[in-house]
Amino acid sequence: MTPSWDRFLDTFFNAKVLAKYLPDIIDGVGVTIELALLVVASGLAAGLALAVIRSFGLRAVNLLIIFVVDVFRALPPLVIIVLIYFGLPNLDIVPSGFVSTWMSLALVLMAFSEEIFWSGITSVARGQWEAARSTGLSFAQTLFHVVLPQALRITIPPLTNRTIAITKGTALGSVVAVTEILGQASSAVSNSYNPSPLTLGAAAYVILFLPVVVLGRWVERKYAWKR
Amino acid sequence: MGKPVVAATGIHKHFGALHVLKGVDLLVHERELVFVIGPSGSGKSTLLRCLNRLEEPSSGSIVVDGIDMLDRRTDINHARTRIGMVFQSFNLYPHMTALGNVTLALRRVGGKSKAEAEALGHAALARVGLADRALHHPAQLSGGQQQRVAIARAIALEPLVMLFDEPTSALDPELVGSVLGVMRELRESGMTMVVVSHEMGFARAAADRVVFMDHGLIVEQGTPAAIFETPQEARTQAFIGQIQRH
Ligand SMILES: Nc1ncnc2c1ncn2[C@@H]1O[C@H](COP(=O)(O)OP(=O)(O)OP(=O)(O)O)[C@@H](O)[C@H]1O
Ligand SMILES: [Mg+2]
Repeated sequence: MTPSWDRFLDTFFNAKVLAKYLPDIIDGVGVTIELALLVVASGLAAGLALAVIRSFGLRAVNLLIIFVVDVFRALPPLVIIVLIYFGLPNLDIVPSGFVSTWMSLALVLMAFSEEIFWSGITSVARGQWEAARSTGLSFAQTLFHVVLPQALRITIPPLTNRTIAITKGTALGSVVAVTEILGQASSAVSNSYNPSPLTLGAAAYVILFLPVVVLGRWVERKYAWKR
Repeated sequence: MGKPVVAATGIHKHFGALHVLKGVDLLVHERELVFVIGPSGSGKSTLLRCLNRLEEPSSGSIVVDGIDMLDRRTDINHARTRIGMVFQSFNLYPHMTALGNVTLALRRVGGKSKAEAEALGHAALARVGLADRALHHPAQLSGGQQQRVAIARAIALEPLVMLFDEPTSALDPELVGSVLGVMRELRESGMTMVVVSHEMGFARAAADRVVFMDHGLIVEQGTPAAIFETPQEARTQAFIGQIQRH
């Protein structure tokens, strides 16, 4: 074994440090999961709601939706987090780091998922609307029973990818003192003067997000109707 | 002749600068089969789609069984359940079974329970000869079967009149017969029908009246024999001559 190999092991796999900070990382996993679930649930719900509202075709409302969506797609998530965390207190609203990160990522996911849901809705053939309306279904009934089920199926692959990408942004919460995985790992590094906790953090992210990718694939298959 | 089921008068339709219907009057009586022919772009589909207000006429009046279709106080969704429509491209809902396609409006618009809707749905599918395909998805059915499901979807609502827009044009020739067979059976059962189609054989055999449209106007109408054998207008003669050469 060369000395540099030993140094590599000590840097990333120091057993003592790993053992000592594992509980902190596990706590971080809990926070990351909580944050991720909140972001996914609220971001996707808001994105779908906006896409549904947009389909009613009210011009002024739609311009507003498009503006909001474009703004949140243009801003880097970290900038939004910082704006909320350091900016809102000036308006006497003092969100925690956790809430700031949740709100920011949810707004970004809302913006991206609105676009994806919307493109799914518009990709459903006009004939589907016409057939449904000709049998007396209302606009809303057609949207919910005929168009959305088809639109959602189309949107699942891009939605899964986008959702995973944005959810990984929970790591940005470490900047505003959220004790999620990366936050725990970073403070462990500065306390132990050894980077090994980052290895644990990386492993935790893989363990957490790999099943999500697999789940996404499963949902995709489940949604496929027989062709 | 029975009482009028559909009375369209003075129908105009503009798409922007395009004047597609230029004052069309169409009266369809109870149990009558009106067959509409005309060159591509003459406004046949637009006329049909105005009748159930899939297309909003620019002016004119449309009364279906005494209900003013263009009156804002009319419940258009309820009124549409009385007018069945069949499209060239079937437009079945791909995420539902044949039975699901047929029962959706029965449940959501007709207010039927699941069991009632399914009983009616099975009956409608049986009527188009697809009793054994109720649980198949559209993609598992041939074009002819899909179009028959689409017909079942419309007739399950017990409409007063059925509108067909080129129901066999998207079908392979060997599948046309099954759809025409269902339409003939419907006709024999006394259904009032407006059919846009190129199936002249069907027109001769089943139509009470043939309407020839050109450039957004009804140019001439009469019995199949009158229109096909002794058309009076030059444009009708030219069109009939053209299709008979094929
Ligand atoms: N939604 C629309 N927007 C603009 N123009 C339209 C629209 N629908 C139809 N048109 C135009 O109106 C005219 C009549 O169309 P329509 O579909 O009614 O003709 P048609 O007689 O059914 O023809 P075909 O035999 O080809 O089906 C055509 O010039 C068509 O391009
Ligand atoms: Mg047409």
